[in-house]
Amino acid sequence: MRTTGQARSELAVVGAEAFVRIVGVEKVFSSRTRAALKALDNVSFDIAAGEFVSIVGPSGCGKSTLMMLVSGLIPTTRGEIVIETSRVSRPYANLGIVFQRDALLEWRTVLDNVLLQADIRHLDRRKLTPTAVDLLARTGLAGFEKYYPWELSGGMRQRVAICRALLGNPSLLLMDEPFGALDAMTREQMNLDLQRIWLQDRKTVLFITHSISEAVFLSDRVIVMSPRPGRIAADIRIDLPRPRKLSMREESSFGRYVAGIRETFQSFGLLKED
Amino acid sequence: MAMPSVPAGTPDAAELAPLGSRASSSYLYPLIATAVLFAVWELATRFGNISPLILPAPSKILATAVDHFPVLMRMSAVTAYEFVLGFVLAAAIGLPLGALIVYSRPVEMTFYPLLVAFQTIPKAAIAPILIVWLGTGIMSKVLIAFAISFFPIMVDTIIGLRSSQPETVYLVRAMGGTPYQVFRHVRFPNALPAIFGGLKVASTLAVIGAIVGEFVSSDTGLGYLLLVANGELDTRLVFACVLVLTLLGLAFFFAIEAMEKVFVRWHVSARQAEAAASGE
Repeated sequence: MRTTGQARSELAVVGAEAFVRIVGVEKVFSSRTRAALKALDNVSFDIAAGEFVSIVGPSGCGKSTLMMLVSGLIPTTRGEIVIETSRVSRPYANLGIVFQRDALLEWRTVLDNVLLQADIRHLDRRKLTPTAVDLLARTGLAGFEKYYPWELSGGMRQRVAICRALLGNPSLLLMDEPFGALDAMTREQMNLDLQRIWLQDRKTVLFITHSISEAVFLSDRVIVMSPRPGRIAADIRIDLPRPRKLSMREESSFGRYVAGIRETFQSFGLLKED
Repeated sequence: MAMPSVPAGTPDAAELAPLGSRASSSYLYPLIATAVLFAVWELATRFGNISPLILPAPSKILATAVDHFPVLMRMSAVTAYEFVLGFVLAAAIGLPLGALIVYSRPVEMTFYPLLVAFQTIPKAAIAPILIVWLGTGIMSKVLIAFAISFFPIMVDTIIGLRSSQPETVYLVRAMGGTPYQVFRHVRFPNALPAIFGGLKVASTLAVIGAIVGEFVSSDTGLGYLLLVANGELDTRLVFACVLVLTLLGLAFFFAIEAMEKVFVRWHVSARQAEAAASGE
């Protein structure tokens, strides 16, 4: 288990097939009315193809900023992000995004929300409809195609958002605290569902969360970020067998990972216990 | 799954049990309130020793309206033409201008302060000038109706277009969407509830605009008839004019609301479901 240093994260993936390379990325938000804010400072790590990587960190550490940078929606101040072989300067074509807020379009039915990409990219809706229906069925939403978002519960809405992200069979999935707004029970179910979906075709996933145990449960690797400006404080490989079960969280191996990450947080002066 | 129960079309015993069911009470309550108001009014004028010159009985007003039905209809047609045209103009200019202000910083900086300044001018004060410019015909009334109803449409368009959740915009951009697609698929549909809010306010203001114009100078329309009746101390006809005008305004407002139900069904239904849930 590695606990400090940025150079080590690069070592960790030497030789592995890097799908996403984040190299020396810095992000400064400048504004005319306020002092410039450095959100990220010299962040470097790679994500291998098919790897599930989580980022945990205290709130305001720049986790979401990092995701926006990888998505290509905002530019880096310094450093570069490479997906496959090309440097990110605009949104990568084969990307799926899920946010904390489900961002469903209220005027579209469940099916039309999942098919949003078809409309934006001018693809054939009729060809993609069976895929969308199948995705909904895989996430337990069969029969809800004609419902409107306001008729669904929070967990169901977020499932629709996940289906929407998966429609184009993206090779990279970015998830920014997707279950942060859900109640504990729904959240556990969503963790199980996400694992099941991920195990079916092992997409490359960058998953942002503030829940240590959620990160350990889902990930191949957990990257811990320091408080602002965000730096990589630890890069931890999670060697637990899959499919993982909720009961594994009570086992000592799981507990050791969680404790290690928590200690890293405590080394920042967070999570004080008096 | 919380699904709103859709009331069946057949009027069974449950629906006739009046105050309990929501669907029928939405009509029943205002009907009862109006009936009580008119009953009190009728009784007050009959037994309260009120001069019919000051306040005629509702029954007398209704009788007068029936007597003058043809002229009231003719005048209504003129007034309705004025406020509908003024309103359509206000929407045709207010909507695109609101969108331009949202999308272009220079347009906003150039026009927005002027438009706000124009809004603060009482339209009744400039009505005489508009009549000098455009004559005593219909166009001056159309323009006053337009001037008075344009601002809420524009402001609500701006508010609506600016109220998109950032994530929905990111999402469409991450799918490679163009700014036009962001507008078409996110910003505009998301703005529709606010736009309809503006249109509904504007629909009532347009009626006021048309009447103000007719008051200042006119030889036709309900406002004109009202002034004439007032001059002749025909209080019954004055009230009959007000009655017809109220009905016209109501009809126009509900026409816009019916359009809202068609175009923004998702929002109307969600709002109703929310109201029903909080009422339980």
